[in-house]
Amino acid sequence: MTVQQIVEERGKSRENLIQILHDMQKHSGDNSLHHGQLSELADTMGLTVADVVSTASFYSMFSLVPRGRHVIRVCESPPCYVMGEEDVLTAIREKLDIELGETTGDGCFTLETTSCLGACGVAPVMMVDDEIYGNLNRAKVCEILDSIAAADKHSVDA
Amino acid sequence: MAAKARMTVMVPVDADSVVIGAREIKSTFSAEIGRRGLADEVRVLETGSFGPTNAGVIAAVHPDGIVYGNLTPQAVADIVAEHVEKGRICGRYILPREYPPPVPTDWDARSVQYAGRIVLDNCGRIDPESIEEYIANDGYFALGRAVTEMTREQVLEEVIESGLRGRGGAGFPTGRKWSFCAAAEGDVKYVICNADEGEPGTFKDRLIMEGDPHKLVEGMALCAYAIGATMGYIYIRGEYRLSIERLAKAITDARAMGLLGNDIFGRGFAFDIEIKLGAGAYICGEETALIESMEGKRGIPRLKPPFPAQCGFLGKPTNVNNVETLATVPAIIRNGAAWFKSFGTPGTPGTKVYTIIGHVNRPGLIEVPAGVTLREIVEEYAGGMSCGNFKMAQLGGTAGEILGAEMLDVPMDYDSMHRVGHVLGSGAILIMNETVAVADFLDACMRFFKHESCGNCNPCRNGVKALAALTGRLKTGNGYAGDLNLMEELVMSLKGMSFCPLGQSPAGPVMSALRYFRPELEAAIDKSLVRPKPAHTDLELMELAV
Repeated sequence: MTVQQIVEERGKSRENLIQILHDMQKHSGDNSLHHGQLSELADTMGLTVADVVSTASFYSMFSLVPRGRHVIRVCESPPCYVMGEEDVLTAIREKLDIELGETTGDGCFTLETTSCLGACGVAPVMMVDDEIYGNLNRAKVCEILDSIAAADKHSVDA
Repeated sequence: MAAKARMTVMVPVDADSVVIGAREIKSTFSAEIGRRGLADEVRVLETGSFGPTNAGVIAAVHPDGIVYGNLTPQAVADIVAEHVEKGRICGRYILPREYPPPVPTDWDARSVQYAGRIVLDNCGRIDPESIEEYIANDGYFALGRAVTEMTREQVLEEVIESGLRGRGGAGFPTGRKWSFCAAAEGDVKYVICNADEGEPGTFKDRLIMEGDPHKLVEGMALCAYAIGATMGYIYIRGEYRLSIERLAKAITDARAMGLLGNDIFGRGFAFDIEIKLGAGAYICGEETALIESMEGKRGIPRLKPPFPAQCGFLGKPTNVNNVETLATVPAIIRNGAAWFKSFGTPGTPGTKVYTIIGHVNRPGLIEVPAGVTLREIVEEYAGGMSCGNFKMAQLGGTAGEILGAEMLDVPMDYDSMHRVGHVLGSGAILIMNETVAVADFLDACMRFFKHESCGNCNPCRNGVKALAALTGRLKTGNGYAGDLNLMEELVMSLKGMSFCPLGQSPAGPVMSALRYFRPELEAAIDKSLVRPKPAHTDLELMELAV
């Protein structure tokens, strides 16, 4: 969807901005908001570019730099920390050979941390794209990432 | 067909259980039942959480009221072959008796957990996606009574009289809050439900929305009627996908039945609800930041006054309440304020929903009368410690206070906690054993605040960074002499000078940790380290912040 189409569907008034940014990021292809598109959005909605960019940069679900096809967000809030979050994060870092905020060379995964996802009953927890995974440990994390990578390879090849 | 079913299998499908395969178990039930040709006499339904979160995938078989746990496909096959087909209960898969049965069959001490439920009474009992089931369980009765038999003032009076206090954490009397908005002048008024549940360890609102979404819809409609609002918004975290889906369906179904819309119950009362998504910012749980975010701006708190009741969303009078608060209202209107006050304590009537997590045998969701002690919660409701001994608990999420064992017997209601210098908070209870070092835990808390400070005011923006730097070096045992006093001074300045409650919050965990665990924190100080510059200058704080 183009910026124009999204704005048309959601409505031009300011209070729809967050929802429009959600939609734009979803259709971006690289899980991020592009500067060119944000300027176009500002023009369309009658806002300044600075205003739009400052709003987008405020929220942790939006990224202004390109990300991988799958975004891993490991919860680092105290309940997950108590249940072993650091081990999970280390396991992912080692497996994918990337640091926080980085993307794997093949563009498959970006690693981020997040605040509480509200799934503390199955802590420690991570979210990959829209899916929550819980009761994590080293082995389980590797298994999950392997299966996502396999599905990703399949869809990229196809 | 459904009405004639002789048996119903109910599988709690919520965001926690989905993670461990509840949807697959539910379809295995359907497949096994279908394979045996029983599909026209046995229903398989989704429902909300029963409460426990460490018993694997759970299912209840009704009308027998048997609850099975830790289900695997093999267990499902056995249960269908034995219990569903032949009526023989599969003892080996039954959850221990301590788990509350989903339907109160008797009033013994155990089932009080369910029988005494006000907010969660339907969670785990009805299909959350069926408006008919909600209605069959007295749903929308309160709204009907309010709109057809009561004036707006009477509804407001009932809520004031009930003594209900806001369940988001601050405990402000709900009725009084409503009365400010009811009295405000304005052509349009709004009701906003704060479903931006971001306080770490708290997921009660999610389970209410996933398990009984219509209760929230009804509560919002009652609030709208009382204050004269015509439009409602549910501001919900973008991550709560299942809640969003179920609420959207609930709103659509209520609209189709005329329970939302232009002429509710034929009395000309107009009210509708829309869902607004958040985008990941803890600060948006603060009501004025939430309103800013709903207006499509950065979620930065507003200066008060004016309060939202006078000037809220789009400058109009607005009432903002937490999910649990609004979901409590239908029962109050249905049964009356006097009934509601028969639960809990005089200062905090009613029940409180808690999420228990950490090193306990039965983590999960409970609803108990206000005034239950922490010891009762740990030992009775949570089944004791899962490993090690009780060391500390954090009440009310990361902004909450860290309590030592000496606080186990204080009744948990707003007033009793206040008397001993603590607050009750949002309803999260994180229980920790002796494997958790206080300095480590404090550091995790401060990193959270560092991440979530909105950056608007200087004390909070730099203060929480400095705090995280301090706890970071305490965690590694490299604290300087005087660090604890510095930390204390910092949180107290933050408490006095921050613009909004976020910056005031670190004082909770830090001051309480110092109160109960000072000797342990002092052990994290390396007396041989020489502080590079004189303590506590602005320059040093700036450096710490980097």
